[in-house]
Amino acid sequence: MVAPTAEALQTRSVRFRIKRQDRPGRPWRWESFDVPVEPGANVISCLQWIAANPRTIDGRDSNPVAYDAGCLEEVCGACTMLINGQVRQSCSCLIDQYAPRDGDVMRLEPMSKFPVVRDLMVDRQRLFHALTRTKAWVPIDGTYHLGPGPQDTPQSQQVRYKLSECMSCGCCLEACPQYKLEEHESRWDKAFIGAHAISQARLFNEHGTGNVLASDRLETMIGPGGVSDCGNAQNCVKVCPKDIPLTESIAAIGRAVTIHSIRKFFTGK
Amino acid sequence: MNTQRRVIMVGGGLAGLAGTIRIAEAGLPVDLFSMVPVKRSHSVCAQGGINAANDIARQQGYSEYEHFDETIYGGDFLQHQPPVYEMVHWAPKIIDLLDRMGVPFNRTAESQRDLRLFGGSLYKRTHFAGATTGQQLLYALDEQVRRWEAQGKVNKYEYWEFLWPVIETDDAGRRCVGIVAQDVRTMQIRAFRAEAVVIATGGCGMIFGKSTNSVMCTGAAASRCYQAGAWYANGEFIQVHPTAIPGADKLRLMSESARGEGGRVWVPRTKADRRDPRDIPENERFYFLEEKYPKYGNIVPRDIATREIFDICVNQGLGVGGGNMVYLDLTHLGREYLELKLGGIIEIYRKFAGEDPALVPMKIFPGVHYSMGGLWTQYTAKDDLRGMAMGSANSMMTNIPGLYAFGEVNYQYHGANRLGANALLSCIFDGLFCGAGVANYVLEEVTTTSARLDQSIYDAAVSQQQEIVDRLINGRGMESPYQIGRELGEEMTAASTVVKSEQRLRQAIEALHQLQGRYQTIGLSDTGMWTNQNLSYARALGDMLKLAEVILQGGIDRKESRGAHYRTDFPDRDDANFLKTTVAKYDPDTGRPEISLEQVETGLVPPRARTYGKVAASTDTSRPTETVSV
Repeated sequence: MVAPTAEALQTRSVRFRIKRQDRPGRPWRWESFDVPVEPGANVISCLQWIAANPRTIDGRDSNPVAYDAGCLEEVCGACTMLINGQVRQSCSCLIDQYAPRDGDVMRLEPMSKFPVVRDLMVDRQRLFHALTRTKAWVPIDGTYHLGPGPQDTPQSQQVRYKLSECMSCGCCLEACPQYKLEEHESRWDKAFIGAHAISQARLFNEHGTGNVLASDRLETMIGPGGVSDCGNAQNCVKVCPKDIPLTESIAAIGRAVTIHSIRKFFTGK
Repeated sequence: MNTQRRVIMVGGGLAGLAGTIRIAEAGLPVDLFSMVPVKRSHSVCAQGGINAANDIARQQGYSEYEHFDETIYGGDFLQHQPPVYEMVHWAPKIIDLLDRMGVPFNRTAESQRDLRLFGGSLYKRTHFAGATTGQQLLYALDEQVRRWEAQGKVNKYEYWEFLWPVIETDDAGRRCVGIVAQDVRTMQIRAFRAEAVVIATGGCGMIFGKSTNSVMCTGAAASRCYQAGAWYANGEFIQVHPTAIPGADKLRLMSESARGEGGRVWVPRTKADRRDPRDIPENERFYFLEEKYPKYGNIVPRDIATREIFDICVNQGLGVGGGNMVYLDLTHLGREYLELKLGGIIEIYRKFAGEDPALVPMKIFPGVHYSMGGLWTQYTAKDDLRGMAMGSANSMMTNIPGLYAFGEVNYQYHGANRLGANALLSCIFDGLFCGAGVANYVLEEVTTTSARLDQSIYDAAVSQQQEIVDRLINGRGMESPYQIGRELGEEMTAASTVVKSEQRLRQAIEALHQLQGRYQTIGLSDTGMWTNQNLSYARALGDMLKLAEVILQGGIDRKESRGAHYRTDFPDRDDANFLKTTVAKYDPDTGRPEISLEQVETGLVPPRARTYGKVAASTDTSRPTETVSV
């Protein structure tokens, strides 16, 4: 709605060095683009500019860079990538903060823990599969009206709300030394499930009705790729864009798993 | 081939997911198509909350009926009343259901669900989860759908784009029997059979270039249905949200809850006052909404707040620093309160504008936000008009049997202006209430299942789409789709948002025709057939250009002002001629819409003047009282 002002039209230029791959199985390459940057520009607005002007710095005609994007306000998690080696959402990456001077370089790469579909776009299906493994849901009876849910204190709500802000972006997995790229779906149930899913197990175990499935979730967390695969590097919590207390969740599930195992040992269930 | 009766859901936002759950619950398998993983749908962007009558408000004199009346009054009487009546009565039950699903609604000290004030109401009736309510609601439904998926009742087709409805015609007439869709990664195009198809693809903000919408909200799916013969209603009603943060790539929403929780909108009384806002004393600030609307203050409905802000900046030149910007001030509320009630949006402002709203007033301006108009749909009213008939097969069915539209993509519930926190409600209501109707249609009304139809119907539909794609790929023109898209957005924003006139709209149609002409000679910089986003965008652009014409033509034909549609040349509401729905039908010969008017069902609440108690403000001398209509 806002007409560009004179100062907005005064632009500088930032060099984007982008890791590109045409499709799975093809070799990757670097391509560089010089992008005029308006005040307030972010990585997405620069990728949009490149899409409209796909000419590399050596004057070669290229094509638009493929990338995932959605809300552009850091609530959907789609546009996650590596920017200057750090995993984050590209929409909230403001150029003025990351590359303040004329001619600064921004390096964009796809996340390394998921298979590349094309350029900066990766396939994060394994991440959603982990939510199924965790039974990350409340097993309601159905959608007919049955009155309100369980009572919840404001303190408990604040804990659950924070955990529930996880947008499945994958930052915690990219930063995790224990989480490795798995090209084949057959490995997903064996490989480390990741901090996000452990935190979701905690979220649903905290809920009055979700708790009904608590032992199923803990069984998953005891199994291969479960909570014991965490190497305690604590990188996950540092890169989480929503400041979710992932290490607290890992500790809480770790304790719950221990109690669950002891109980199982004595009671057999 | 699967011979079981099944339903295709296109779109995985609140409406699509709620519908999927209800239809799966009725025992039918659902194939769920979405351009993005459904957890990343645009519903995540909704912030403020979801409205429903509640026990506290009831004790103050509020009820479902007041919610109903507010919605109709807020919508300037343009919506059919029976569906709204039904929706508001479902609202408290929907809140309970979401609560059972585990949505972390904010709680009071006594563990009750907390409530906040929202636009167009004098009662606290908005339930919320921080300031990311849409995200929390979407996640709850996403989790339930994942549960159905784990049981094999729902198949997700994520990263698949809906290209066209498959419509079959026999002696009994035409009906929708499936879709053609494209995998946006492999670019494979194929047909899918179903007994019913539900379109739940949301709004069309991208037609306006920058908006508060997500990048996939192009309106292309709705446009494709319209071009395939589905009617499109009230296209001219586009909500411009009063408070957005301008950005280089989009306009980020600053929730109405900021005002509902006590945020105040103001500008310096002196033009181009260069002082730091914190140094401007109280008596030199112009709280224009509070002065003009002493009853509602900062929580007047969106269309009114938007026009007032626009007027202050554009007509009176009182915008911050002389520009298009006003202050939205939360600094008096205290950091703790802000973090608890508005954390998510405070964070967005901090991240994108680089300033802390707890310390400095935010700078905001209106931005395109929501489409009240959409695909024309039917319903069956109860005999006394108080609600819709439960389970009726035509609930939110378009004019094409078997093709439904749920959520923002249809034109129901919100009339000429949507009230804040009613969108989440209408989307979930559509899914739950009308999903039952879809199941009944599929189980009881469909006599020949899609499995028994000739393969040639589907093959022909696929070839048609393949031809469109081939034409784009093989085009050797010089026009850039991104350039055309940009010009479309600028023209639509300039001509068809806050203030419109016949002359300006006609000029925009001229410009649109030129863009449509240039579109015929576009060339793609990427002609490969793997994850070609250039192609997907170009394809959607063609459909956006068609839908833009519906929006402009509706605006020309509606010679009155009502809700979000404000015409300088017809500043008053004209019930005698325009208490009507504009219905656009696509003419395949000309490629243009034919627009007709249709009666609105207003049998429960007779139209009255919509003033929101406006009075003259102290420095308001220049301006007609446009918001006092009738």
